[in-house]
Amino acid sequence: MDHFPTNWGNPRSEDVDSYNTYPVASHSGTVPHSVRQIAGFGHAAGHPTSHTQQPVVTGTSVLGIKYNGGVMMAADNLASYGSLARFRDVERLHQVADFTVLGASGDMSDYQYVKHLLDSQMIKEYNADDGHTLATPNIYEYLWRVMYNRRSKMNPLWNTFVLGGVHKGEGFLGAIDLKGTPYQSPSIATGFGSHLAQPILRKEIENRGGEENITEEDAAQILKKCMKVLFYRDARSMNKFQLARISAEGVKISEPMSVETEWAFAEKIRGYGA
Amino acid sequence: MFRNQYDNDISTWSPQGRLHQIEYALEAVKQGSASVGLRSNTHVVLLALKRSSGELASHQQKLFRIDNHMGIAIAGLVSDARVLSNFMRTECMKSKMMYDRPMPGSRLVSLIGDKAQINTQNYGRRPYGVGLLVGSYDEDTGPHLYECLPNANCLEYFAISIGAKSQSAKTYLEKFAKDFGETDVDALIMHGLHALRETLQQDKELNINNCSIGVVGKGQDWHLIEGDRLKAYLDQLEAGAAPAASAEDLPQGEAMDTE
Repeated sequence: MDHFPTNWGNPRSEDVDSYNTYPVASHSGTVPHSVRQIAGFGHAAGHPTSHTQQPVVTGTSVLGIKYNGGVMMAADNLASYGSLARFRDVERLHQVADFTVLGASGDMSDYQYVKHLLDSQMIKEYNADDGHTLATPNIYEYLWRVMYNRRSKMNPLWNTFVLGGVHKGEGFLGAIDLKGTPYQSPSIATGFGSHLAQPILRKEIENRGGEENITEEDAAQILKKCMKVLFYRDARSMNKFQLARISAEGVKISEPMSVETEWAFAEKIRGYGA
Repeated sequence: MFRNQYDNDISTWSPQGRLHQIEYALEAVKQGSASVGLRSNTHVVLLALKRSSGELASHQQKLFRIDNHMGIAIAGLVSDARVLSNFMRTECMKSKMMYDRPMPGSRLVSLIGDKAQINTQNYGRRPYGVGLLVGSYDEDTGPHLYECLPNANCLEYFAISIGAKSQSAKTYLEKFAKDFGETDVDALIMHGLHALRETLQQDKELNINNCSIGVVGKGQDWHLIEGDRLKAYLDQLEAGAAPAASAEDLPQGEAMDTE
């Protein structure tokens, strides 16, 4: 795409090939064949190409909290097409390994691509068949390197991922955003959750004096409370979500559930209610 | 060795079903000075006899660190060894960078095998002229010792030796191998030195210049014992009688001066 308005509407000139329709001689002259292969040139462009996109089909917040014995995550089942609630049965929590769950917010097609990448890694590891498997911290390192690499090519995977798991008896919870920033914490929330849910999560952990004092039931209750707040206030959310629990026994992703909500007040407001 | 019409290049089989170029490459390993490796349930010890080309020359280094948890001993063409250790170091670095975990020894050795095999099948190439003893310690699976040869065979061992007169060392190792499992590090080193001494020519002795030891294991990163720090071990080698082939533990000397 031609970014310079002064060129729009001008007679097409030979040395501007905006859509890379044919190889154009570059400034450096002929590039040797071997260099072209290594550098990954599929074509020569007379100007820099960029790919930064915008997300199309998107998922909203993903939440995660560490508790005594593991990690719990929550994400609703909605993939929005802008303001349209387009796909209402999407599973945004995905089990990667025996003790690892990936949660995805942001562009859903990029999420599917990353699922494919991680599946390939797990299969490669399985085929090595030598007693070693990829644990949560290994998958986390790999994923953030991928995200950062894409960001550096100005072609990000437009997601904020949450990776939760258990490794060597300890819970692991981290997030990676589209810029490749990795961040680990006892509580994680992406998207709207980072504004609305994170303060609730942090307060709950503080009140109990640390994540070791949160039981599995507590963790579920805290996440449901946050999901309720998010459904009330995030206009791109849905009251149908799943909880994922990772503990020493493994991964369990729940069936879709919903929270009770109060709408009776609407009756009193002009224009709303029956 | 042989001089026949089937040994000119790697992609020619002999009528006996042999690839002579590979056998010649193995010969290069056999001509190198001895390297010995042995392992217990907690540690791997690699030892090497360092040759020097003359009075004024230094002794050729034979033990290289690949990563904190892995080291190698070589026998054969040192330049080929440098290329392979560079490859190994890069792979170990990639594993830590991509997955935040140390490269498992078995996996790296498979990569070496795959790399070495290419040179045994493509026209115009030659096999690597170096044999490697790879000692590594994995958190999950413990210590491992591997032998990688120019024929692209990579096998795991409890104890092994390669290079000149290595058969003598193997004979010693075979005698005591069943004891190695529960042996502590220092006793393991003593066994290794006894095995290495078997590979010496009649009038030669192990001294702090021609001998080199590398250790890696549980709670211990790969480190070398060289020069003056060898004295304590070599003194004990002098003093101690040849150990009896039995199920008993080795007699323990006084505490080693190891840093």
